[in-house]
Amino acid sequence: MRYSKWLAYLILIVLLCCVPLVMTNSYFLYMAIIIGIYIIVAAGLNVIVGYAGQMSFCHAAFFGIGAYTTAILSTRLGLNFWLNLPLSMIAAGLLAFIIGYPSLRLRGPYFAIATVGCGEVVRSVLHNWVDLTQGSMGISNIPPPNPIVIGNLFTLTFDTRQNYYYLVLFFMLLTLFIISRIIKSKAGRAYEAIRIDDVFARSIGINVHGYKMQAFLISALFGGLAGALYSHCILFISPVSFTTAESTNMVLMVIMGGKGTLIGPIVGAFLLMILPEALRFLADYRMALYGLLLMLVMIFMPNGLVGVAGSLRALYRKKSVTSEKGVSHGHN
Amino acid sequence: MAIIEISHLTKRFGGLVAVKDLVFSVSSGEIIGLIGPNGAGKTTVFNLLTGVYAPTEGRINFDGVDITGWKPQDVVKLGLVRSFQQTRVLPDISVLQNMITGYHCRIKSGVWRAILRSSLKEREEKEAREQALEILDFLQLGDFHDEIAKNIPQSAQRRLAIGIAMATKPKMLLLDEPTVGMNPSETQEMIDLIAAIREKRGMTVLLIEHDMKVVMGICKRIVVLNYGEKIAEGTPAEIRSNPDVITAYLGSEESA
Repeated sequence: MRYSKWLAYLILIVLLCCVPLVMTNSYFLYMAIIIGIYIIVAAGLNVIVGYAGQMSFCHAAFFGIGAYTTAILSTRLGLNFWLNLPLSMIAAGLLAFIIGYPSLRLRGPYFAIATVGCGEVVRSVLHNWVDLTQGSMGISNIPPPNPIVIGNLFTLTFDTRQNYYYLVLFFMLLTLFIISRIIKSKAGRAYEAIRIDDVFARSIGINVHGYKMQAFLISALFGGLAGALYSHCILFISPVSFTTAESTNMVLMVIMGGKGTLIGPIVGAFLLMILPEALRFLADYRMALYGLLLMLVMIFMPNGLVGVAGSLRALYRKKSVTSEKGVSHGHN
Repeated sequence: MAIIEISHLTKRFGGLVAVKDLVFSVSSGEIIGLIGPNGAGKTTVFNLLTGVYAPTEGRINFDGVDITGWKPQDVVKLGLVRSFQQTRVLPDISVLQNMITGYHCRIKSGVWRAILRSSLKEREEKEAREQALEILDFLQLGDFHDEIAKNIPQSAQRRLAIGIAMATKPKMLLLDEPTVGMNPSETQEMIDLIAAIREKRGMTVLLIEHDMKVVMGICKRIVVLNYGEKIAEGTPAEIRSNPDVITAYLGSEESA
């Protein structure tokens, strides 16, 4: 049982590694990279939204801070990508601390509203602190990540789409691995207890504010990581990529896929990146239909696509159990 | 030896005095009842003891430590835990997972150890699981351990809620109306369970209860609150014949 699970993971990873070999179309590969980055974002956001149950609408701010940190450090100071990556995460983490410390004391919709405000403030700063961020002009000429060089033996560059895909794939798998481990621990159980009943959680000795902070921080760290990867992928960033609408989109990925599950954000990120592209043939009606689809999913699938799959499976099991019973009754 | 000493505890909410100058103590291994009419401030006392509210005045001493103004999680860690009047369990996860969640404050390994899956973390999880199963057996919930919590009978959920509190390894349990809404046979089972918790687990119990039969039957000593003030303290026999208590519960003759 255990081996077959690992084997399934291994096959999946091998298949994912084969994607660039099959997909020679540069645009599709670019899409695959962007989807990978958004899976990191959505998986991180799922920790606070899905597991800890706190609706956060400022994730584009963490994504943006991560993107801007590495963009500024690499274009202005020429710092190494591999140094900027942790620095981007730390910057996003610091921002999460500043936003979360007061606002996570609020509950439910009040917290959500506070995060919308904080996200707008960050976007506004990116827009108006022209000396640092070049405002709406954005930052261009971001270099690709520094190659990994081991003596004369081995050099790995990231200036091709193909290699960048592997870079993102690596970080995506690492993110999912880390989050799955956290969820299966004391911290994961604490998030779940807080989401379902925070008064109960407090009564059994869970530090509610502390664990909400931890979940928010973890979310932000992965948001920052994804932002940095985004920056070095598209090589040009401007504040329009980090609006509240973008934050909402990230939350939608988590909810549509299935919040509080490991696969949910993956499905959601995939779908919400593909859908607008797939609906492109509808031209002007595209966004209207997109909106309609979202509403239908929200109404009829509150637990997301993974939730629907889960209940279908439960239904199937129930049916097979009752039919088995029927057979045994027949024998009697 | 007193496990908890409450001295001159007062809680004001604006102009309202919810608890006024409350003094009492509980000996280690005792079952004590806290009774009083609706709105007497019993639940506020629980919230003060468990650190949910900070007292306006007065001090709380638990197990030799002054815990006045402590945070709830620190109070639980020291060994004082409460249950709720409404059944509070995590409905969508298994009974065993509920219990393991109760072990939260006894598990030391945090996020880093979880990511690296350190041997300490694995050992702690295994211990929590074993001890949880043992408590479930004690509560006669062993057969339910794989069930989703909301699918087990109501009376079993009530025991589970107490079990989760017991999983925090407390020295003292605060139970808020554990028999409310139960039929006579369920009530008797709960009385036996509380007695067993004291005898076999060595836990001190402070009980809020409306059902006089329960309190009179199980508690050696009773504290009576009315309008946030202690109006009587003594054995069940003393309380039963105390004129102040009778007035508080039934109203005085003049007003009647």
